[in-house]
Amino acid sequence: MSTQTFWTRRRAKRYIGKAAFFLLIVAILLFTVFPFYYAILTSFKSGSELFEVDYWISQFNVTNYASVLDQESFVDSIWNSILVSSMTVLIAMLLGLTAAYALGRVQFRGRAPILMIVLGVSMFPQVAVLSGLFEVIRAMNLYNNPWSLVFSYTIFTLPFTVWVLTTFMRQLPKELEEAAIVDGASPVVTLFKVFVPLMGPAMATTGLLAFIAAWNEFLFALTFTLTNDQRTVPVAIALITGGSQHELPWGHLMAASVIVTVPLIVLVLIFQRRIVSGLTAGAVKG
Amino acid sequence: MAIPKSTPAVAAAAAIEQPRRRGRVSVQRVRAAWLFLIPMLVVLAAVAGWPLLRTIWFSMTDASFSDLTTYSFIGLENYLVYDNGAWYGVLADPVWWQAVWNTLFFTVVSVGLETIIGLAIALTLNMQFRGRGWVRAATLVPWAIPTIVSAKMWGWMLHDQFGMINHLLLTLGLIDAPLNWTANPELSMWAVIMVDVWKTTPFMALLALAALQMLPSDCYEAAKVDGVNPVKVFFRVTLPLIYPALMVAIIFRVLDALRVFDVIYVLTSNSRDTMSMSVYARQQLVEFQDVGYGSAASTVLFLIIALLTISYLYLGRKQFGGEA
Repeated sequence: MSTQTFWTRRRAKRYIGKAAFFLLIVAILLFTVFPFYYAILTSFKSGSELFEVDYWISQFNVTNYASVLDQESFVDSIWNSILVSSMTVLIAMLLGLTAAYALGRVQFRGRAPILMIVLGVSMFPQVAVLSGLFEVIRAMNLYNNPWSLVFSYTIFTLPFTVWVLTTFMRQLPKELEEAAIVDGASPVVTLFKVFVPLMGPAMATTGLLAFIAAWNEFLFALTFTLTNDQRTVPVAIALITGGSQHELPWGHLMAASVIVTVPLIVLVLIFQRRIVSGLTAGAVKG
Repeated sequence: MAIPKSTPAVAAAAAIEQPRRRGRVSVQRVRAAWLFLIPMLVVLAAVAGWPLLRTIWFSMTDASFSDLTTYSFIGLENYLVYDNGAWYGVLADPVWWQAVWNTLFFTVVSVGLETIIGLAIALTLNMQFRGRGWVRAATLVPWAIPTIVSAKMWGWMLHDQFGMINHLLLTLGLIDAPLNWTANPELSMWAVIMVDVWKTTPFMALLALAALQMLPSDCYEAAKVDGVNPVKVFFRVTLPLIYPALMVAIIFRVLDALRVFDVIYVLTSNSRDTMSMSVYARQQLVEFQDVGYGSAASTVLFLIIALLTISYLYLGRKQFGGEA
């Protein structure tokens, strides 16, 4: 074998390697993005176009969007979702911050068991509390009311918030707190004047993750609300039906799906770095 | 996260702190800590502790969903009872055992596939290449999409007559006739798994990537100098090093998969071929209005998950027993 063929073979091998790597990237992108792209594509079709499979967006027919947004109950459900998710985040954040301060900054007996309880609750199968929670919600007169969802969603947002905020809270330097104590600041002042301003990024991350979890929740929303105007968007989408069971209005469905998903995707893409750190703080470190 | 460096004044202030004073302060701090914790603990008790106890109690009654106030105690009859020569109760119901089997199959296959594909994606994203940030951002898309939406999206792609997947497979000549993905008993579980794998692989990939990026580079340089085969490097160096982080991610996903509800409910509704334990329990509770029986099924599911959670906490206890 001459030197020249050796070099060309080496170069060819490198090109093949590069091409294979490029194909791998394309495969990953197709795998992750294509289904959503296909939903967008479908949402712009109507009538018989729906039933012809193609892979490019050829027309922007917005009739599906118009008719979905024309439905009063769907718009109601968007508002319900916004209300439920933001109130859930607010409550989880308020209770979570104080709890995380106690768990992350103060050493006291019983701390480890409390952390375990919190982690344990975050692993509850939701269906295991369904009948008990239903009774509580009935007793509070919140059945078929979005506030029942704000109440019940704390079962998964609160443990998560406490857990992640505790992890972040622990990483803050001790000196700050000591200085505040020397200045005679009470724990409440220390928490809200010293720590909370520094927790901004951590709070944004946990808040966003809790918001997404609340926005996407289905089981409680399906069980604790009854009428269309009280529902949240996942339930509204799940219950979109056509003339018969086999005749779903796929165009409407995909338009509704895109409407409720695009804001989330935009948020996630803006905060992607933070989300990765939040997910790892919630899982790997825990 | 950016943390401002402590100023000299802060350090000096910390230095003059008196030991005697610290004692009083720490008593005050512990009291404050409990005051801070009480609201959180009360809320958790109201949304998790009490409802769970009530569910366990209901599982020993004949309560009905339409009226939770009148019921009578029937002991363990919802779980298992021998009556007139036959066994009744959740534990004697073949549909329940089918649901248990479905859930286990779903959990093992989905989490297994997610781990393998997630690792592959993480290894790719761990390489240096142009546009890496974009690809990483793209992998977050499925994770951000609500489960209901992804189930509907895939329901459309898997549609028996107009679905894009059947069209693609027909065009490629892999099948002769369209497949009924969500209704065919042999395919429907795989359809559910496909959707779940698509949706949750990003979570696995990101956690694996985070672990990969914390690895020391010197082992790899040494392996490169010695000309060790990359496959060997992966199994001998990379995998053992990221194993702990990967295990935590897998356990999280397993606990999540065992309580799966929405993807199955939306994609295949109450079909027995794909019914999970959660779907079974909710069907009994809400659709059949049998709170006692449904609660018994929920309690069994809770016990299974609690057992796994406790063993996980036991194994991972070193991780959070430590310093403040």
